[in-house]
Amino acid sequence: MSLTSDEVKRVAKLARLGLTEAETTEILTHLNSIIGLVDQMQQIDTDGVAPLAHPLELRQTLRTDAVAETNQRDKFQANAPHVDAGLYLVPRVVE
Amino acid sequence: MYEAVIGLEVHVQLSTDSKIFSGSSTDFGGEPNTQASLIDLGMPGVLPVPNAKAFEMAVKFGLAIDAEIGQQSIFDRKNYFYPDLPKGYQISQFEKPIVGPGRVLISLEDGTEKTINVTRAHLEEDAGKSIHDAFDGMTGIDLNRAGTPLLEIVSEPELRSAKEAIAYLKVIHSIIRYLDISDGNMAEGSMRCDCNVSIRPRGSETLGTRTEIKNLNSFRFVEKAINTEINRQIEILEDGGRVIQETRLYDPDKDETRSMRSKEEANDYRYFPDPDLLPVVLDDNFISACRDALPELPEARKARYISEYGITGYDAGVLVANRDVADYFAEVANTSGEGKLAANWVMGSILAELNQTGGSITDFSVTAKQLSELIGRIKDNTLNSKTAKTVFEAMLAGDGEVDAIIEFKGLVQFTDTGTIEAFVDEVIAGNPEQVTNYRAASEDKQVKMLGFFVGQVMKRSQGRANPQAVNQILSAKLSG
Amino acid sequence: MSQITDLSFSELKKSINDRVLSSVEITSAFLDRIESLNPRLNAFITITRDVAMQSAKDADTAINKGTATPYTGLPIAHKDLFCVDGTLTTCGSKILSNFIAPYDAHVVGQCKNVGLVSLGKLNMDEFAMGSSNENSYYGPVYNPWDTTRVPGGSSGGSAAAVAAQLTPLATATDTGGSIRQPAAFTGTSGLKPTYGRVSRFGMIAYASSLDQGGLIAHTAEDIAHGLGFIAGHDPRDSTSADQVVPDYTQTLNEPLKGKVIGIPKQFFDDRLDSAMHQAMDDVLDVLKSLGATTTEVSLDHVAEAIPAYYVIAPAEASSNLSRFDGVRFGHRADKPTDLIDLYERSRGEGFGNEVKRRILIGTYALSEGYYDAYYKKAQQIRRLIRDDFNRALGSCDLLFGPTTPSTAFVLGEKTADPVAMYLEDIYTVATNMAGLPGGSFQAPLIDGLPTGYQLTGRAFSESMILNAAHQVQMVTDWHKLRPEGL
Repeated sequence: MSLTSDEVKRVAKLARLGLTEAETTEILTHLNSIIGLVDQMQQIDTDGVAPLAHPLELRQTLRTDAVAETNQRDKFQANAPHVDAGLYLVPRVVE
Repeated sequence: MYEAVIGLEVHVQLSTDSKIFSGSSTDFGGEPNTQASLIDLGMPGVLPVPNAKAFEMAVKFGLAIDAEIGQQSIFDRKNYFYPDLPKGYQISQFEKPIVGPGRVLISLEDGTEKTINVTRAHLEEDAGKSIHDAFDGMTGIDLNRAGTPLLEIVSEPELRSAKEAIAYLKVIHSIIRYLDISDGNMAEGSMRCDCNVSIRPRGSETLGTRTEIKNLNSFRFVEKAINTEINRQIEILEDGGRVIQETRLYDPDKDETRSMRSKEEANDYRYFPDPDLLPVVLDDNFISACRDALPELPEARKARYISEYGITGYDAGVLVANRDVADYFAEVANTSGEGKLAANWVMGSILAELNQTGGSITDFSVTAKQLSELIGRIKDNTLNSKTAKTVFEAMLAGDGEVDAIIEFKGLVQFTDTGTIEAFVDEVIAGNPEQVTNYRAASEDKQVKMLGFFVGQVMKRSQGRANPQAVNQILSAKLSG
Repeated sequence: MSQITDLSFSELKKSINDRVLSSVEITSAFLDRIESLNPRLNAFITITRDVAMQSAKDADTAINKGTATPYTGLPIAHKDLFCVDGTLTTCGSKILSNFIAPYDAHVVGQCKNVGLVSLGKLNMDEFAMGSSNENSYYGPVYNPWDTTRVPGGSSGGSAAAVAAQLTPLATATDTGGSIRQPAAFTGTSGLKPTYGRVSRFGMIAYASSLDQGGLIAHTAEDIAHGLGFIAGHDPRDSTSADQVVPDYTQTLNEPLKGKVIGIPKQFFDDRLDSAMHQAMDDVLDVLKSLGATTTEVSLDHVAEAIPAYYVIAPAEASSNLSRFDGVRFGHRADKPTDLIDLYERSRGEGFGNEVKRRILIGTYALSEGYYDAYYKKAQQIRRLIRDDFNRALGSCDLLFGPTTPSTAFVLGEKTADPVAMYLEDIYTVATNMAGLPGGSFQAPLIDGLPTGYQLTGRAFSESMILNAAHQVQMVTDWHKLRPEGL
């Protein structure tokens, strides 16, 4: 399988990754060589093999329902690029 | 000639103390971002740990709708970018939800019942809130709500009208309130509803193109939005157009739906199992503990009320719809020993009053104890229905206890024959023409005409005469 | 006596426990050396001298008051993807070039709890994606053995810092070889513990189901000390294993007699460079001389580990890196015109090329219509690989092989071809796919450059790996070799 430039643009859009035209061209070559590598998987017969998500196949433990956090807004928002009145600001979202 | 096909996705905020994946408080109404922890903010390096209580609540819901419980459920990531979604993905359940297929029974207005199949219910995290109007050209993001546990309940597209949709929604609301897994407050967003609506020619088996109406926050808006959308779609088809699959927003001010974000650029959520979380395996003990903790559910309670209190199926259905109302009724019925009277009062006076004021029965000014005392005074003939109403209204106004009001207002019913006879004599003497007509009339006409005299007597007694006694004495004296 | 910075972590521990050296002496010696050598090596992104000196003074006070732990006052440096409260934590990326972590990673907290002094934050490939440390926004790290060569990656800063004696112990992480490969390239010892052995809380994620924190130091004994305090169950990490942490130092001296070393035939086929083959044989001879026996085993699907890894890791990464969106922290593009512009430019400007490639590959692999052919297929292969390892480790105690196909390559040699770079990890990736512990330890030099051999064990058998490596180190000098001419 190989990718086209349009597919790269579609995927970049899904990933919200801004690419210049030049970047798209360069990345396309690289992505196709990576896909060539990845496609070696198709040689293996995996019929009936259950996918493995975690190597140790452990079970999830659940937390007791209790409030354990206190307000640390100022500390956390010290890293924020744009806040006002305790809110994170982004360009106007139109729904 | 068209039939609507409606499926609902109901999002219920579970009333856990802490969030589904963090120890932040889920309290409503805090200062912006003061209940947003490292985890809720999706800070680099943080990891989610699921809340056991959310699973307990979800399992209870599943058991209540007779659903298969997913003994192994898996969290998946639903990937999309939106500023109120801090991680760029929502942790949800896709392939293996906690609650599998189940069903609920809805009662329709014509008295028939219909089973609506629930496809699934899954746990997920709520997003934050966007505030669009407070800043010039900017949207503010408050992540206090981010990470609040949600149970998303998905119905099969088996609802055929807005009325059915509301009936279904009310049953779901009733169940979550009985289970006490959510406050179900639609105005605060604790229960939200997305409606998938399509239409097709009646008799057709194929589904039409559906639209999704998002985030409706009251029963009334759900009903209006569905009806508006059905009409819009009918108009499109009648005009030879075609319905576009899209997400629409209901505008209650204009009573119309409008396109939200076009789904032309179809969302590709790239679901995959969240590698930060492991499969949740619930053992039989967990599930049976949830089962043991289940309260009596509306359906069961309805059956019990019919047999225990001798009330009609319709009345029982109305009374059990709300757990607090049902509890109130049961207390009145048990204390007074008068199931039917209790049902009449709760439905006729209290629910009517609550409907008007929009209040809740838990803080209603007449307590169940007071209402049973009132019924007691009807039973012992101290009050008749008219005077009882006066006492009820006085209690509503906060005038005190039943007996004090009866005393203060002098409402004790006359039961002694002498006083009533005096009133009857006065009435007969004062209305000679009517008396003559009465005596000339046939027996069946007399029955109807008697009402006039009863009314006159009651008026003179200021409503305090015992109606049975009045009837008896009147008929005797008139025929005599 | 040799210089302070010549000492290993274990030797420093003895000196400080015996009150021969103070924490202030040790800390300032390492800070001085960092300040003198870092301009040439670029191993540190951030040097926290003031904080370190204050911790060292506090440590000396604690030692004098008798409230110290056996590790109080010893230095460490953290790979720059471990969050350190109040300290710049960049993950080697422009997108976090202004991020002051508001909390401590579990590993960092554990180090603080035993009284360690943190010297600073170590350079790395951006978001731990890379095998040469050339993908850092902060520039490449130079191999102390030959500064024209790479130190390996992604924990290149950790490995170079230990090799150049800028710190005796460094935290590191390994998703596909990022501890073991740089350890091999720099003549250091590195251990990637069993998946779940060390909490990932506060460790900025690359690929969550593969990432594992570990250590780089001069010796297996150093790592045995360090693993003792960084390992253990952490309820904040759902994938953290609830397993007792043994005292790894207690078993270092057990005899190797009777231990069976499995030799995967796929690691020793005719593609293996003859000099590397010889270096491995030299190590095997030592192991045998210590009483171990060898047996040939087969890892049938090991060749597919790289292809499957380059689906699973990028897929997880594509989602893990979505939180870097310029809204709550990190780089934000100047004057965004709308929300999409904010996202696309912040991320486009903030991420480097390799990160972009992996986000795109991962997004593609998960997108509609490709999931089964890529992501699901890769997870199926992952099971086959894990089963291979479990089978092989049923007939032996440890698996042995080279850590890398060759010695450290020259800077720029593989940057033009991402796939060539990926193949650097052919011997290491499978271990991550299987979630097993793996260590790389010093083997003989080839042409004056370090090599490493790798030991892989059953889940939670770190003590056996460290025991075997320590026994080799007791009778060899490869781990004592240091780069010259710095």
